[in-house]
Amino acid sequence: MKPIFERGPSLPLRLFLAVLCSVGLMTLDRFTDSSTQLRSYLTATVSPLYYLANLPQAMLSDASEQFMSHQRLLEQNQKLRETLLRQNTQMQRLQFLQQENDKLRSLLGSVPVADSKRLVAEVLAVYSHPFSNQIVINKGSNDGVVAQQPLIDDLGVLGQIVSVGPTSSRALLISDTTHAISLRVERNGDHVVAEGLGQSDEVRLMHIPHSADIQQGDKLITSGLDGIFPEGYPVAEVVRISRNAQQPFLQVYARPYAQLDRIRYVLLVWPKAKPEIDEQIAPPDAEASAVAGDF
Amino acid sequence: MEKSHRLYLVYLSLMFSLVLAVVPLPAMVKLFRPDWPLLVLFYWALALPFRVSIGTAFVVGFLLDVLVGTVLGVNALAYSVIIYFCSAHHLKIRNFSILQQSLVIALFLAFYHYFIFWLSHFLTGVVFTMAYLWPVVTGAAVWPWIFWLLRRIRRQFKIH
Repeated sequence: MKPIFERGPSLPLRLFLAVLCSVGLMTLDRFTDSSTQLRSYLTATVSPLYYLANLPQAMLSDASEQFMSHQRLLEQNQKLRETLLRQNTQMQRLQFLQQENDKLRSLLGSVPVADSKRLVAEVLAVYSHPFSNQIVINKGSNDGVVAQQPLIDDLGVLGQIVSVGPTSSRALLISDTTHAISLRVERNGDHVVAEGLGQSDEVRLMHIPHSADIQQGDKLITSGLDGIFPEGYPVAEVVRISRNAQQPFLQVYARPYAQLDRIRYVLLVWPKAKPEIDEQIAPPDAEASAVAGDF
Repeated sequence: MEKSHRLYLVYLSLMFSLVLAVVPLPAMVKLFRPDWPLLVLFYWALALPFRVSIGTAFVVGFLLDVLVGTVLGVNALAYSVIIYFCSAHHLKIRNFSILQQSLVIALFLAFYHYFIFWLSHFLTGVVFTMAYLWPVVTGAAVWPWIFWLLRRIRRQFKIH
């Protein structure tokens, strides 16, 4: 019988080399900061595969649009026009309120909340594994996407960009186990931090003292304190509180408003200007003094 | 020389399996997605142990890490270890019936998922759910078809 491997190193030696390489990679990726750049390059290299993988779905949705009847298109068009009209009307009111709000804020001496640039992106790949909840979108550094940029949709906050390639980038969802987001309870302004659990329909609020005023159905919005997410976007609703006095903290669970397991289009948000990010962090200090007792 | 082996077809099939691993699927179906790259690697490691072995497994695992966004090296390590056992026992596994092979594959897949869980638990702190083991069942179920398909390709194009 021929030996299994005529040339090259023996099987255990190969395994040893592979183990050595992967342990090195893991250490590099998990315990140092240098991997962000490396990941961006790698994402850029493999992005054709995402486009390839997305091809069947894109073709199917194209075909279904092709065969959509004229009548249905007209109906849809009509409906969209109505929605647009309604929303434009609301928009006018909103602009007025925004101006008023800015004026009031300037009277109070605090910085107006910055409006931001937006861009719609399509989801190329969803990876909702129990161990990592990430999506890949079809916009990259060519469109001005940068790391740590917030991602929202019409229902609420989705997550943030973690690595950017030229034509695609990868975002971490708020439900990922490695993600946490700074929030505020809309009802009373209490500040909380929500961490992902790896499930698309639940996040957990960390370190809530037993005396905290939090109820089922409370709406949680972004606080803007983390310097990444703009202030005031809806994120989740408190669904479950278990008050066990033996635990050091309350066990509070919330359900994200965004449907994280069926994302198709996302909205990328840019802060208006770079320096304002720092200022956005600063003003809540004054407001926070009112709720400082909660921490 | 490379041409006469037609090894590019092996790499093409591996590439295709990687694409299948990231094809967007509805949330309900996604839980049951078999580990295509690992299954295709199994076949080539059994059929051509001289050509496809730990090195290839490492590269494919690394690409999967990049594609799905796990901590770099997790899948690379798991693939290398599993293909090591597969290569070391390829003569035995080859002689099994297709049903027995499926069982062995299921065992390997279960080991793979346990291994990935253990590594992820250590690196990022995740919790275990039983739903996570569905790909073991579906992987074992699709093995006979993968085996049949890849054997046809191998014989048709005389890859050796």
